Formats: sequence, structure tokens, C-alpha cells
Amino acid sequence: MTADQSKIRNFCIIAHIDHGKSTLADRILEHTGTLTSREMQAQVLDNMELERERGITIKSQAVRVIYKAKDGEEYIFNLIDTPGHVDFNYEVSRSLAACDGALLVVDAAQGVEAQTLANVYLAMDHDLDVVPVINKIDLPSARPDEVIQEIEDVIGIEAQDAPRISAKTGLNIEEVLEQIVEKIPAPKGDAGAPLKALIFDATYDSYKGVIIFCRIMEGTVRVGTQIRMMATGAQDQVVEVGYFGAGQFIPCEELSAGMVGYLAAGIKNVRDTRVGDTVTEVGRPCSEALPGYKKVNPMVYCGLYPADSAKYPDLRDALEKLQINDASLYYEPETSLALGFGFRCGFLGLLHLEIIEERLEREFNLDLVTTAPGVIYKVHKTNGEVIELTNPSNLPDPSEIDYMEEPFVSAEIMVSSEYVGAIMKLCQERRGVYVSMDYLEETRALLKYELPLNEIIYDFFDALKSRSRGYASLDYELKGYVRSELVKLDILINKEMVDALSFIVFKDSAYDRGRRMCERLKEEIPRHLFEIPIQAAVGGRVIARETVKAMRKDVLAKCYGGDITRKRKLLEKQKEGKKRMRQIGSVEIPQAAFMSVLKLDED
Amino acid sequence: MKKKLELYIHTPFCVKKCAYCDFLSFPADEQTQEEYVNALLSEIAWYGRQMSGYELATVYIGGGTPTWLRTELMLAVLDAVGNSFLVQRDAEVSMECNPGTVTGAKLQSYRSAGVNRLSIGLQSTEDAELKLLGRMHTYEQFIKTYEMARNAGFGNISVDLISGLPHQTLEVFSGSLQRVVRLRPEHVSVYALMIEKGTPFYDEYKFDAVRQQGGLPTEALPSEDDAYRMYKMAQYMLEEAGYRQYEISNFAKKGYECRHNIGYWTRADYLGLGLGAASLIDNVRYTNTRDLYRYISGADAIKSVPLSAFQKEGQNGEEAVHPASAASQQGIATNLHDEAEPVARKAQMEEFMFLGLRMNDGVARADFERCFGMQIEAVYRRVMDELKAQGLLAAAEGRIALTDRGMDLSNYAMSKFLL
Repeated sequence: MTADQSKIRNFCIIAHIDHGKSTLADRILEHTGTLTSREMQAQVLDNMELERERGITIKSQAVRVIYKAKDGEEYIFNLIDTPGHVDFNYEVSRSLAACDGALLVVDAAQGVEAQTLANVYLAMDHDLDVVPVINKIDLPSARPDEVIQEIEDVIGIEAQDAPRISAKTGLNIEEVLEQIVEKIPAPKGDAGAPLKALIFDATYDSYKGVIIFCRIMEGTVRVGTQIRMMATGAQDQVVEVGYFGAGQFIPCEELSAGMVGYLAAGIKNVRDTRVGDTVTEVGRPCSEALPGYKKVNPMVYCGLYPADSAKYPDLRDALEKLQINDASLYYEPETSLALGFGFRCGFLGLLHLEIIEERLEREFNLDLVTTAPGVIYKVHKTNGEVIELTNPSNLPDPSEIDYMEEPFVSAEIMVSSEYVGAIMKLCQERRGVYVSMDYLEETRALLKYELPLNEIIYDFFDALKSRSRGYASLDYELKGYVRSELVKLDILINKEMVDALSFIVFKDSAYDRGRRMCERLKEEIPRHLFEIPIQAAVGGRVIARETVKAMRKDVLAKCYGGDITRKRKLLEKQKEGKKRMRQIGSVEIPQAAFMSVLKLDED
Repeated sequence: MKKKLELYIHTPFCVKKCAYCDFLSFPADEQTQEEYVNALLSEIAWYGRQMSGYELATVYIGGGTPTWLRTELMLAVLDAVGNSFLVQRDAEVSMECNPGTVTGAKLQSYRSAGVNRLSIGLQSTEDAELKLLGRMHTYEQFIKTYEMARNAGFGNISVDLISGLPHQTLEVFSGSLQRVVRLRPEHVSVYALMIEKGTPFYDEYKFDAVRQQGGLPTEALPSEDDAYRMYKMAQYMLEEAGYRQYEISNFAKKGYECRHNIGYWTRADYLGLGLGAASLIDNVRYTNTRDLYRYISGADAIKSVPLSAFQKEGQNGEEAVHPASAASQQGIATNLHDEAEPVARKAQMEEFMFLGLRMNDGVARADFERCFGMQIEAVYRRVMDELKAQGLLAAAEGRIALTDRGMDLSNYAMSKFLL
């Protein structure tokens, strides 16, 4: 289906989490007859089970709908849904680059939030026309007039005629659709020019191979076109092109400039098709690639081990399968004395880590032990060599280290003014460097801090929420590396070092972290027949110690008569408990202990 | 030569349920008790006929509170046992007894009906503790019951105590022990309080129980250390007074060990009759229904099965088969049994070990070889070596037993014998 460019609208929806992005997307589909309500399972665009559960979008999705506008014309809407979390900022930016405009959904009760701002700025960076939409006006706490004012004051875009809608009830959705037609520009581009298409996502299909989601900027692609990815150099012949139905791929003859769709070219590896790369024609290449491409690198690393060491091959296969669909997931085999064979895995952020972990457990039925997540430290050795350290166990001997650097992020935190003090205190505790504070309005402030990534990957977000009673929002991006006093904190259980529990920590926090770690482990490790010292040490010097007392009594002095089954069940439970333990020397450590480091910063 | 059998009879009724108790017991009116006993009589008669190849070495009437039943009802039960089964001349016939539910005459009639061992549930000599436990009696009532039992001619009396009660101190517990020892019963059982799900104590003390188990400071229950000291104290004081510990919770004057319970721990064949009772016959485990009304109707139905249905097998020269399996083949007694499950060889070995090791004398190598046709080491060498190295297990004179420390840590040690 070829179409008149002037009748195409390529847009995305941007919003702070929970402001109703996916619900609005659903309403648009419903309203344009793409799906009947009965067919819709909750929110169709978030079609990964996990996405639906968490109410967030992890992978980009796209869908084409036809809208018959009030002017009597039929328009093609390509709605590109973007991931909704700071971990996936790069993916967001590539999805935005595929659009010509954006609907900005703002919750009529919550108003502008940190991610709202971050997303709007991102959209403006890509020259997108931003169309504000006030959602959830059916809420009793809705204050649409104020929020409209806020959008104008804080973001600086015209919002007086923003549709006031309830995506949930479907109220005023028509108005949104009309504004898409009116306010979002039609795409440009010459269908006869050399092919230039932006990859904004890719997925793997076991029949078709890699399916590339792209926006055609210039030129035309059709079945048979020899294509080349300009960054990776991979090339192949297109076997299918098409557009996005709701939840399905609909083949068509060609995609030309201004259109959004997919192409399949029998490519076997998703790594060859990187988000942000430019697709062109081998025989008639475009002169230069689209700007903005970068290879995304994992920011957070941790060890993933199968709870049952016999499941190592299963874990490997599962990671392989996940990586096919998620090029930003990185893994390599590693061995731990404590945990056996496993993988060091890299993630875009903690959410990404959690998602992968949950998918491994749920979709692949694996029981995992996760080690403390860490960032990439730069270790400058005395011999001039620089190591990028992702596993604390690989830290060179202190005598070989000249100095170390850790990654910092620029963080923007939006918070109600009454909690500014609490949040500033939190940032200070996490070694934050104050940059600025602006009052967006009387009751709300935008705090800017530079923070070590290391300090925010654990539970910064949770602490932020709890200290602001949920009224703070966070956005951050990597700023660069800063020289820092860092040490490796080791944990010794019964005098044996447990490699999987080691982590890198800011020198001044070592004592505190070590102490809390020992306390936590004391609770997690069951008593044995002997006393077990738990020690935290830095460079061989013990800085904290706890003891798990020896077990003196474990006896069931009760008579069950002939009812043996109860006694048996009790013993079996005891034995079963042992199975979930890891043997370190003569000490059995529950799997949960390895995860306990993640929850040190209770508040 | 008849095969030996241990018989257990369950009477599930209590005046009132104690706050810590999770055994199958509950209050019931006279009529229900009567209906139950009638059902029980059918079951006794029925099994008595089927188990003609066995003779009873022990009988144990437990509960609940068996002594709460009207005398005639209990006598009917005892008569039925005597009439239906062959009872060895020197059989041990025990009955559980709660203070305050008996009179001299009641006790005398039990004695005349053949009961020769009385197990009295005292639990504590402190009235405040008895009240906390929800017991219906005082210490004084216990003393009266005890004296009446002696006067009725009971020469084999056991007294139960519970250690580790909420707010109990070492001194208070030692007071209970001393008072019991002074009475010179032939047998003393000391059970540690378990906080069981579904009891009022669970609601009250579940968190404390977890703290206790974890060695953390407790609120009401004694600390783990004190609970341990109480156990040690019982061992010490009872040994000093001439009792020998022969099992984790049981102490007896020489020759007065409870033979019925030893039957369980040595995996002898036992038949359990009454609500929820469990049997082990030829390595098949049967468990009666725990539903009172199903039990009563099931026992009624069993009466109508003709004896001839089971006699064929006996005529073929085979050992008598447990009637329950025969009955369920007929689709009759299924109502009575919740389960009939053959114990697999692996499970038999496990039970042999974890039950046998409850006793201070442990298990005999020869018995293991006789049961399983192989040496213990062939199955458990690794476990035994490990436990020996930890000082929890010792082997001597053809027997293998837990050490004192092994007894203290018996759950840990026994769980190692699960294959």
C-alpha cells in the first residue's frame, strides 16, 4: 500500500511512568477500529507479559491505524511506543528519531514530573512537535487548569487547547485524534532518493530471522532490495516488508520515504541490527548515515548463577535466547569459588537487570543466585595500563593500582518543596555533588545533582520514593568518570573469603557497609554445629565482625505415636532446606544471603 | 507361632481442648461418644477376626482423654479387645489418664479389665502453668488421681511433663521435676513444648517460637539456651533419681520402658483403631479417616462384609493379609481409610534409622541386616562417618546410637538419614 505522504502521521506518546501512556495508546487503537474492546487484552502495545505486569514498556512497539478525520480524509497513523524508563534512554531517543511529533501525556493530578521533562527535552532535541494531552481528568484530584499552566510555565509549550481526556473512560479521545492530524506534521523525504532508513528496534522471529523495525527517511525498500547496515556492515537481501497491525506483521509491497514498517532479510543475529543504525541499499547507498547512532554499553554488571549448578547449560541457553531479542544484554562466563559456574552479565540499568532476572526465572524456569550489582570501574595501574573492572574479584593487588575512577551521573530530581530537605540529605548520603535547585512553581523544585552511579544502582529509587512519600521523580544520564577513593570489601565466613560477596565501595563507606553486611549475613546464615565468625575486611584488615552462635539444641521431643508421616515431613523439610544452601568450606550458606547485599540500605 | 502385634486405640474426646494441643481431639456430647464407641466396637471386632494370625503384645489406649469416657463405654472397648484378639499373657496394656476425670472406682474397673499401666498427663506441678496450658485440673487433683491409681493397684505409672512453657524459669521447671520424682512413678516422659499451627498457642507465641529457634532474645518462651538447659536438667535429675533415659523424651525405672512406644521405634507391626489412627502392617501404612462422621458410617459398613471374603487367602497358606487391604479390594472399608500406602524400601530404611535412633540404645546392625539383607554401611557409610566425625554418632557392640550431643541435635542428625 503506497500512500500520500501528507496523509501519514508518525508520532509517539511520551509520559512520566503511570501517567497513562499505554492506556491512551489502547484508546487510539480502539477508536480507530483497529481492535474491538473484546479483543484487547489490557494494553496491547505492552505485549510482553512482564511489561503488562509492571505497567511499563520495555521494548519499543509500533502499530499502524487508519483514522477517518473530520475533514473526510483517511489518515495513516504510525504510533511508536517508546520504552518508559531511564535505563532505556537510548532506545527512547531512537524511537523519537523515527517520529515527526509526540503526544505528551500529563496526569491531571500529578502534573509535570521528572521524566515528563526529560522526555520532552529529548523530543525537542529531535525537533518533534509536542502536543500536550491532559489525562485522568476524571480523577477527583484532577486540576487540569493548573497542570496546563504548569506545562506552559515549566516546559514552555502552548497548552491552552490541550485535549482534556480520560484515557481510561475514553472521554475526548476524538479530540486527540484530530489534533494529531492538525498539529503533527506529515513526514518529508524523497521516495526516489537512495534508501536511508532508521532502525528503531528489532526482534527475532524463528521463521523470518531478525525483523527490523524502521522508519524510512529517504528512498524506497521492497522485497529483493539488497540492503546494508551502515554501522555493522551486515548485508542481505530483503525477503519481506510490511507494516504493523495490532500485534501482527502485515506484509506489503514496499515502504517508501515517510513510512514506518518492518523488513526481514534473513539476518540471523540481532547484534547485526543495532538500534540507531542506518539501513541503505548496497547498489545505491546514501551518502551518509543518519546521525545519533551509538553502541549502547551496559552500565550495571552482576553475576548470575544457577541455584542448582546442574542448570548451568540451561542458563546459558536462556541467556542466548534473550540476547537474540535484546542486544543490550551482555554476558560472559565466569567462575566463582562460592557459586560455581555462572555468568557476568551487563545491563543498561537496575531495572533492566531485574527484568532479565525475572524473565529467566519465569520464562525459563530457572532459580538464580544474583551477586551484588556493580558498575564499571576504571582501574589505572602503576604500569600505565587501564582496566575496566566489572567483577570485583578481578581487582588487581593494591600495590599495582595507581588510582581508580568511578562513573558519575547527572541526576534531575523533581520533588515537592516540603521534601527538598530530605532528598538533599539523601543525595548527600550518597555522595552527591549539588549542582542546582530551581523552583518550577511554588510547591515544586527541580534538584540537580551529580551522583556516583554506584550509589544509585542499589535502592536509590526506593529511598527517594520513601523519603518523599512518593512525590519525587528521578531521571539521570551518564556524565563521565571521576577519580575516587575506592576499596574492595571482602567478606570472610568462617575465615574463608567468599568471592561472590565481595564488592567495590567508596572508602569512607566501607566500615558502615561492612558492618551492615555482617549483621545481615548473621541473620541469613543458619546456625551450625560450630560457631561461625563473619568478617568484613578491606585489604586483609578486618573492619567488622559478627558471630553466628553454635547450635546447641535441635530436637523434637514430642511423641507422635504411630503417626510417622509428621515426623518424616519435619525431617524432610530440614533436609530440603539444606538443598538450597551453598557449601563454602564447612559452612552452608542460603542462596538468599548472596542477595542480601542488595538490600543493605534500608531506610 | 503367632505374629506379634501392637494395638493402639484412639479416643478423640476431651472435656476441653488444651491451648497447646494439636492432636486429634475435641469435646463431644454423650450421644456422640456413644456412637463413636459403637463404631469403634465394630472396628475392633472386625479387625480382631481378620488379624487372627497375630497376638497382641501391647495395647495402648490414647487420646484425647480416654478416662473421660463413661466407665461402661470404656469397659465395652476393653472387653471387645479381649474378646476379639488373642492377647499375650504378659501384655502391656496402657491407658492415658487425665487428672480429675477419674474416680477410685473407675480406676479399679480399668485395672480389673486388664489395664496394667497408666500414663497420667500432669504437664506441670504449678497451677498457674496448668491454667496457662488450658488444663482442666490442678496439681492437687493430680496427686489425688495418682494416689487413687496406686490404691487401685496400678504398679506401673507414667507421668508426663512439658518443658519450655511460656514464662517458665529453670527453677520452676526443676520444682516440677522434683515433685514428680518424689512420687516415684515408674516412668516419666518429658516433652518439650512445640508451638503447633492451629492452636491458640500458635497465635500467641509463633513469633517467639521463631526467635527461640534462632537463638534470639524471646519474650514469653524461655530462651533457646534455657530450653536446652531444661532438657539437660531433666536428663540429669531423672538419672540421679534412678531413671534411665531410653528415648529422647522418655525415662524409666529398669524394666518399665514403654513397650508399646518401643514398638513404633523398632517398626514392629502395629494396628491403630479409631479416628485418625495409623497402622503399619507388613510395611503397608494405613491411616484412618480424621472425619468423625465418615469414621462412624465407615465402621458401620465394615460390619456387613462377610468374613468369607478374606478367608481364601488364609487357606492358600499365606500369612493373613491386613483386612484393610482386603476390604478396600472389596470397595468397602475405603470410607474408613484415608490412605493405604506401601512403604517403599528406601523409606523403610530411612524410618528404621530415624525412628531407631530416637532410642538411647539406637539400632542393632543385625536388625538392619535382617530387614534389608545388607549392612548399614552399605547404605549409610558416608552419613555415619560424617556424624561420627562431628561427635554425634557412636557405634559399639553391634549397635549404632546417637551420642548425648547427637540427641541434643537429633533433628539434624536424623535428617541426614533421609536418602
